Amino acid sequence: MDRIWIITKRELASFFDSLTAYVMLVVFLGLSGFFTWLSVNNIFVQGQARLDVFFGISFWTLFFFIPAITMKSIAEENKTGTIELLSTKAITDWDIVVGKFLACWILILVALLCTLPYYITVSKLGNADHGGIIGGYFGLALISAAYVSIGIFTSSITNNQIVAFLLALFIGIFFHLIFDLISSGLKGTLGSVFEFLSARSHFDSLSRGVIDSRDLLYFISIILGGLVLSATMISRRNWQN
Amino acid sequence: MTISVRNLTKTYGIQKAVDNISFEVKTGEVVGFLGPNGAGKSTTMRIITCYQAASQGDVLLDGVSVREDPDNVKKMIGYLPENNPLYSEMAVIDYLKFCAELQGVEKSELEKRIKEMVRKCGLEDEKHKKIQELSKGYRQRVGLAQAMIHDPDILILDEPTSGLDPNQIVEIRHLIKKLGKEKTVILSSHILSEVEATCDRILIINKGKIVANGSSADLRKQAQGNELLTIQVELNGNGDKTPKSALEGLPTVMSVESINGKEHYYQVQSKPNTSSKKAVFDLCVESKWYLLEMKALETKLEDVFRELTN
Repeated sequence: MDRIWIITKRELASFFDSLTAYVMLVVFLGLSGFFTWLSVNNIFVQGQARLDVFFGISFWTLFFFIPAITMKSIAEENKTGTIELLSTKAITDWDIVVGKFLACWILILVALLCTLPYYITVSKLGNADHGGIIGGYFGLALISAAYVSIGIFTSSITNNQIVAFLLALFIGIFFHLIFDLISSGLKGTLGSVFEFLSARSHFDSLSRGVIDSRDLLYFISIILGGLVLSATMISRRNWQN
Repeated sequence: MTISVRNLTKTYGIQKAVDNISFEVKTGEVVGFLGPNGAGKSTTMRIITCYQAASQGDVLLDGVSVREDPDNVKKMIGYLPENNPLYSEMAVIDYLKFCAELQGVEKSELEKRIKEMVRKCGLEDEKHKKIQELSKGYRQRVGLAQAMIHDPDILILDEPTSGLDPNQIVEIRHLIKKLGKEKTVILSSHILSEVEATCDRILIINKGKIVANGSSADLRKQAQGNELLTIQVELNGNGDKTPKSALEGLPTVMSVESINGKEHYYQVQSKPNTSSKKAVFDLCVESKWYLLEMKALETKLEDVFRELTN
């Protein structure tokens, strides 16, 4: 765990030393703040002490932001050759991948933490649905972790950041939208299989304030799957021709 | 700490990058890998440092196998990869701290180790600069510093002086020599003079195989055939015989050749295991010629290298 944290610390420092972290925070807060409080369909128009608007908009902004944050993580190391430095230090490929995953996820969590004043404001304005809001934050945190994991994986298979970014969006859009669309057009077992695959359905059930083990299992499988695949991609130097 | 490489093979597809290599390096030895580009130097180093897995064979560091216990092996080794990759956006001192932590340097030792490496590698004035602001020579020093930060028993340096200016090369060589006394060092290079200056032993690798193994003196001796002399004489008046035929008449001389058209300038090859120096001198005295030049040609390491790798 120590060694993972050393990697995480360095990654976080590099986010905050460059503009990456600040741009991400400002744009995320700007967008979500605008749509939550100022746009046509804002909280005041709805007249309910809920953060559904915020969760709806974050659901999409995070989808686009996360690949932008993760694209650099391993692709850059592959390109500059620093991966060779890291892999010959006294750490495992798994440590590297998990360290990078945590760093990206923590950055997203910081962004979500910065929206806590929204929650405070809403709960002062009226009788807030605390369960739903906490569930919504929890859902955003989990869905972010899943996309971070996918982003780290796509970053590990290439040395080109743009490729990593686009590929992460491409894989992500299936979970984000396409499985949901397919499931709505299908009935029976096949429909429910696609519904289970869709991240949206799990996020929706979490943001209703119900924490179901099926939803947890779903996100944790995506996270672990992405991390295992990334670690495998890093260790491909051992078996590739 | 002894490195013993046993029957190491690494194949990429059908190509064998390293082909059944075995050798040993003992504590306090500085060994130089020499070979043309693509000979398998870097691949061998990458296998020793656990960056790549061998297709066959193993490397043991004091009995610890790179196959079975990479975690421990990595701690024992300080590695400077080819092209010296670095996190260019980090400050030198942060970078060294990061590397020290990864290599498991104790918290209480951390400051001391970093200070020592900064001093040893002459990074005092640059330690707060970002790595991208440094010149190539300083980057190379940062690379060496990170390799040695945890005081490893083994140093693997892939082309440690590439891209440095002559003064920096001399400094780095000094550093390596100094370190080599207590550590086991393997370095690679394709610059012959460098390997000759820093290494106790030279391994020449070609097409994945070891083609020579020994000190630079050994290698020279091995490659050196018969004694070769260049001789220039000036005739005094009318000699009755030409120098060439007289030289050929000496019992130890095998052949005499004139050198590119100059007058009385010859290359004399002796018979195996004999020397003609004294006989040539005596001949000149006897025939009353002036001996203007007599020089033994030394086989250069370059020639050894060219012969072995062509």
